[in-house]
Amino acid sequence: MPLNRSYVGRQLPPTPPYQVGREKIREFATAIGADDPAYHDPAAAQALGYPDVIAPPTFAVIPTMAAAEQLRNDPELGLDYSRVVHGDERFQYTRPVVAGDELVCVVTVEEITERAGHEFLTTRTEISTPSGEPVVTVWNKLVVRGGATAGGEERA
Amino acid sequence: MTETVGTETQAAERPRFEVGQQLPVRTFRVTRADLVRYAGASGDFNPIHWSERTARAVGLPGVIAHGMLTMALAGRAVTGWAGRPDAVRDFGVRFTRPVVVPDDDTGTEVEVAAVVKAVEDGQAVLELSATCQGQKVLAQARAVIQV
Repeated sequence: MPLNRSYVGRQLPPTPPYQVGREKIREFATAIGADDPAYHDPAAAQALGYPDVIAPPTFAVIPTMAAAEQLRNDPELGLDYSRVVHGDERFQYTRPVVAGDELVCVVTVEEITERAGHEFLTTRTEISTPSGEPVVTVWNKLVVRGGATAGGEERA
Repeated sequence: MTETVGTETQAAERPRFEVGQQLPVRTFRVTRADLVRYAGASGDFNPIHWSERTARAVGLPGVIAHGMLTMALAGRAVTGWAGRPDAVRDFGVRFTRPVVVPDDDTGTEVEVAAVVKAVEDGQAVLELSATCQGQKVLAQARAVIQV
């Protein structure tokens, strides 16, 4: 079933705030081998001017994945997750994510395109604090593989 | 390569960037254990990142790394070159080929390189490349850092 084109431009309701925990940042930083003290030690982050430990740049994928569940579980969109591979990802930061942040995600379906039998779904997630301070904007492009094509093939 | 440590040292040794400059290649080892740890930390439990059976069933050559783990390693390279953990303003990649991680103790390696494309208004634009077993795993990979 092809993706429902009427979703282009659709904005989903804001998510409940994602509470950024200090230990979650440490766990994520450890998992990617990022041992910079600012990711682990509040004093090191404070020396850089932040109230608590800061998150590595790709940490923001965690709240966006939770926000995208809304699309994944929406039968009207027709996203077959078993055929999905990750295409592109981009983060545009206003400031780093800091432990103690509450992050509200607003997901917009930016584009649905088709090429060579595959469909491409691009979402933009605006991540801000509950008071509206922008933190980071995240673009995610998923590739929905067509028919018999195997996953992970080369793309231009 | 050792990560930068100590914020005061970082401030004192803030690197300078020039257009055309090639930044030192960083190599990251990725094992199955790393994939399990990343799955837990990120919440991405897609079985293609831990189950050989599932990976092969969907046509992959074997268990592959999370694309976002590869991007995170590239991010480590970027913050390392920048000399600051909070330097990244914009960071985008396209995932072109999967990073296949064998079920052994050595795993595989991802190499990340970069060239400085622009330096202006206190920011540097880095064009990144990432390879695994000689094959390009990221394309259109670009980072804007505060310098």
